[in-house]
Amino acid sequence: MTDIDTTPFEISSEPFYHPQGNEIALYEAAYRSRLPVMVKGPTGCGKSRFIEHMAWKLGKPLITVACNEDMTASDLVGRYLLDADGTRWLDGPLTTAARIGAICYLDEVVEARQDTTVVIHPLTDHRRTLPLDKKGELVEAHPDFQLVISYNPGYQSLMKDLKQSTKQRFVALDFDYAPAELERGILQQETGIDGEIAGKLVQLAATARNLKGHGLDEGVSTRLLVYAATLIGNGMPPAEACQAALVRPITDDPDICDTLNHAIDSVFG
Amino acid sequence: MSMKLCIPKDELAHYRERLNCNFAELEQVFPDCMEEAVSLLSEAGLKDYLDGASLICMIGRGFEPVLTYLEEMPRVAARIGENSLSLIAQTVWQISRTPNGKTIPFFLQTIAEAARRLGSEQLLRHYVELILDMMERTTVSIHGFHATHPSPGAIDMLQNMPLLLRQLSLEGLKNWIDYGIRNHAKHPERQRDYFGLQSADSRAIMQRERQGTLFIDNERKLNLYLKALWNSKTFLVPYSEAFDELRKPRPYYDALGIRLPDAYDASHGVSGIDRYRALLAHCAAHQRWSEAIIADNFSPFQRLAIETFEDARVDHLACQRYPGLRRILLALHPRPDENACNPETQSCIRHRLAMVSYAMLDADGHGYLNPFVVEFSQRFHQLMAEGAQDTRTIATLALAFVAQTRRQSDQLPNIHFENTEVGYRDDNRHLWRFIESGDEEESFDDPKQRTQQQEDMQTLPPRLYPEWDYHSKTFRPDWVSLYESLHPSGDPDLIDRLLNKHAILARRLKQLMELLKPQQYVRIRYQEDGSELDLDVAIRSLIDFRSGHTPDPRINMSHRHDGRDIAVTLLLDLSASLDDTPPGCEQTILQLSQEAVSLLAHTIEGVGDEFAIAGFSSNTRHEVRYQHIKGFSEHWGAEVKARLAAMEAGYSTRMGAAIRHAGHYLKARKADKKLLLVLTDGEPSDIDVDDDRHLIHDCHKAVQELDQQGVYIHCINLDPKADDYVADIFGQHYTVIDRVERLPEKLPQLFISLTK
Ligand SMILES: Nc1ncnc2c1ncn2[C@@H]1O[C@H](COP(=O)(O)OP(=O)(O)OP(=O)(O)O)[C@@H](O)[C@H]1O
Ligand SMILES: [Mg+2]
Repeated sequence: MTDIDTTPFEISSEPFYHPQGNEIALYEAAYRSRLPVMVKGPTGCGKSRFIEHMAWKLGKPLITVACNEDMTASDLVGRYLLDADGTRWLDGPLTTAARIGAICYLDEVVEARQDTTVVIHPLTDHRRTLPLDKKGELVEAHPDFQLVISYNPGYQSLMKDLKQSTKQRFVALDFDYAPAELERGILQQETGIDGEIAGKLVQLAATARNLKGHGLDEGVSTRLLVYAATLIGNGMPPAEACQAALVRPITDDPDICDTLNHAIDSVFG
Repeated sequence: MSMKLCIPKDELAHYRERLNCNFAELEQVFPDCMEEAVSLLSEAGLKDYLDGASLICMIGRGFEPVLTYLEEMPRVAARIGENSLSLIAQTVWQISRTPNGKTIPFFLQTIAEAARRLGSEQLLRHYVELILDMMERTTVSIHGFHATHPSPGAIDMLQNMPLLLRQLSLEGLKNWIDYGIRNHAKHPERQRDYFGLQSADSRAIMQRERQGTLFIDNERKLNLYLKALWNSKTFLVPYSEAFDELRKPRPYYDALGIRLPDAYDASHGVSGIDRYRALLAHCAAHQRWSEAIIADNFSPFQRLAIETFEDARVDHLACQRYPGLRRILLALHPRPDENACNPETQSCIRHRLAMVSYAMLDADGHGYLNPFVVEFSQRFHQLMAEGAQDTRTIATLALAFVAQTRRQSDQLPNIHFENTEVGYRDDNRHLWRFIESGDEEESFDDPKQRTQQQEDMQTLPPRLYPEWDYHSKTFRPDWVSLYESLHPSGDPDLIDRLLNKHAILARRLKQLMELLKPQQYVRIRYQEDGSELDLDVAIRSLIDFRSGHTPDPRINMSHRHDGRDIAVTLLLDLSASLDDTPPGCEQTILQLSQEAVSLLAHTIEGVGDEFAIAGFSSNTRHEVRYQHIKGFSEHWGAEVKARLAAMEAGYSTRMGAAIRHAGHYLKARKADKKLLLVLTDGEPSDIDVDDDRHLIHDCHKAVQELDQQGVYIHCINLDPKADDYVADIFGQHYTVIDRVERLPEKLPQLFISLTK
């Protein structure tokens, strides 16, 4: 159907992913019928990693688009470029994914402008098509194509909420920071750090997450824990690593810094 | 800005009559003072306020003291309690009858700052006593003469009081004063230097006394500590250690909060803030791991031992969790010398317990040789290692300790106290339950009142709503009867007075709200298709193109009406708990809610969003009341204000039905975005429901239903324990307001941030 080279989008080795529940089975079931999927959860809790893992597991190419507030529909679909010889059409990532049968992962889709969310609608229902208005082409999605979006419900804003008509086109998978034991295992696997230190990092994360809504907008993510563990693995003393990776990135509030620093001293003794 | 005309003329005249005072200047300031007083004080408070001012008028010190009193006291009383009104007036009266009458204006000038710094009525009372005592001790009556000389340094000291209070705890202040009196009693000039902070020794003593860490400066940090490390929210109440000569007050906690000293000096290498944290860690550990046991069967010694062993147990668990805590606790724990107590002449029970307590904390390093101490600390660690983790098990060990180490001399009246008190531990009153004072449950059902209520609910037939049964995972159809009505009206001026009180905040909100107002048109640049060519960009593209680079094709711009099309409903929980006054507040939750809602309504009216307000309460599933306070089509005017002013608290919180009903109205709005704000101070409950989880699940279900229908719900929760359930109902969409007194500013701010 197309002669685009899919290798750049293929995932060659298994991305490590530790399941939290039945999400793998759910995702596979959704994929079998190419149902669109929405992954919900706080930042850095493993959403992207999960999708990479699933793409690898299903043996499908993956195209990830990080959305931002300047992004327009053309950035997804494609546009005409002017060059010295005239104009030339360039497919956007969504179009490419639809043509080659990739999983297209739109990360933080609420960030994009409103009109962007509308272009994905025809791809998410029985039509499975993508109209390229400017080019006058109707792309029929490849049978393997699937759309996945991520969405962080922690944003407390009516304005940043997805439209109901968009939300209701997806099967939703809920993610959260893994329970303590599991998160500890993830840290060990990801960074090779020893179990005791991993346990302490997870305990520290709990203290920061307790402050969510009491001066912190978000707690410490698994991603930041991985950073802290990496720094420690590279020889930094734990207290300093934690300050750099767990405290400073999330707050400038001196009282909270002081409290979290005290927590670090308490946990590491 | 003028706030005239808010109190009706005749009412004002009535107040004026009750103030017995004839200074001409008074007439000018009286209305403004009353304006504030009326908005802050209760009826009884107003009486004390006017009586107090009348008393001060009588002392013959001119108008200034009267004015200071009138101006400052409403806020002082609102902050720390209305008893302060007569306290201060009486004190002034008392001073006026001494040779120190000249100090009165200066004394009054210190009160507002003192109340702010000290933060409790009890501490203000101590402060007043301290000042009176200082004046009395420095007023000299010359022998043989009847003449007396006023205190030479009192005025200087009062003038420096803001500085002193900022740097010293009350105890520090007391010590500083004592030093000055002791060392300069005979020298009026040197007293002036000392109390005016002019002399070197005066400054040095102040430095010495100020080493402590003041609670007031660290309150937020300590709250954060409790929340972060113990996931606990407990109210903290300071006390001063300076005034109980006989028995030093000890920290303790009960249902109302943790009482702790107003200042801690660094001690044994532990900073003041870490001493506070050690105390909080200990209390939090009790809260988590201790259970109350019945006291009646134990002798006082046995109880003391049980407390010691239980303290050691919770400390041990806390250190397991936070190993860094051990260093701090070990540094703070007394380590009495093994031979400090003589069992021939003294009762050594406390000494023994302090040793074993230390040994339990420091298994390897305690170095005691006493066989009992060694044996029992080993048995303790054995038990802990086996995971025997409850109060009862450890109590058995404590009883064995008492039995095996008993001595005749334990009964001696001379108890060896020295170095046996563990400062970071509370007094363990929470550990005991006394059977005699049993706590029988009160019966909630008052049938008479109930039928009365049902009769009140008139006219409209009820609307029936289902309720979700999480056990069977099905709806109970038509389970709840919801009656709606228009909320009765009261005096709209009350609301205007509240708004006036927050005039500055209201102005700030107005500025913020200007930013939210829909701009007529916004320009969107960098469009491939648009209504107009964006010349700047187009020229740049053309240049790129000519020079052989890839040009940016987004050379158009378009205009868009910045649609802010929002409908908002504010749903108020009007259940009985609203009448509570949260710890640390002077107002009930109801009053604070009225202020907050007024400010919010004022804000939203300014932005122009569609806005409705309703309240709800319930009295079993047969009677959920839904009262309209403001309809979408009404403006924020006298009628709405009158209804808000009449708001009353009563009955329970069956929230699910109320949310469904509010949603029912919101869904019918045409607006693009629909927002339901739920303001509540507790979890859903009703008297006909025993299972706490039932209404939580139902409510969550209602939230999900609305979410499906495109209504965004956000809960504002005032309950310190909300963390236990609020996420189960509202997911991520909630805010817990820690300091309820800040609700009036928080609520509109929250609305703004949700919708910008
Ligand atoms: N279940 C998991 N298994 C393996 N690794 C995980 C898991 N959860 C989190 N991680 C680790 O956390 C890191 C962050 O995860 P990821 O990038 O997937 O977060 P995210 O949820 O997509 O965040 P964002 O919303 O910010 O994009 C990963 O790189 C990985 O190291
Ligand atoms: Mg991601």
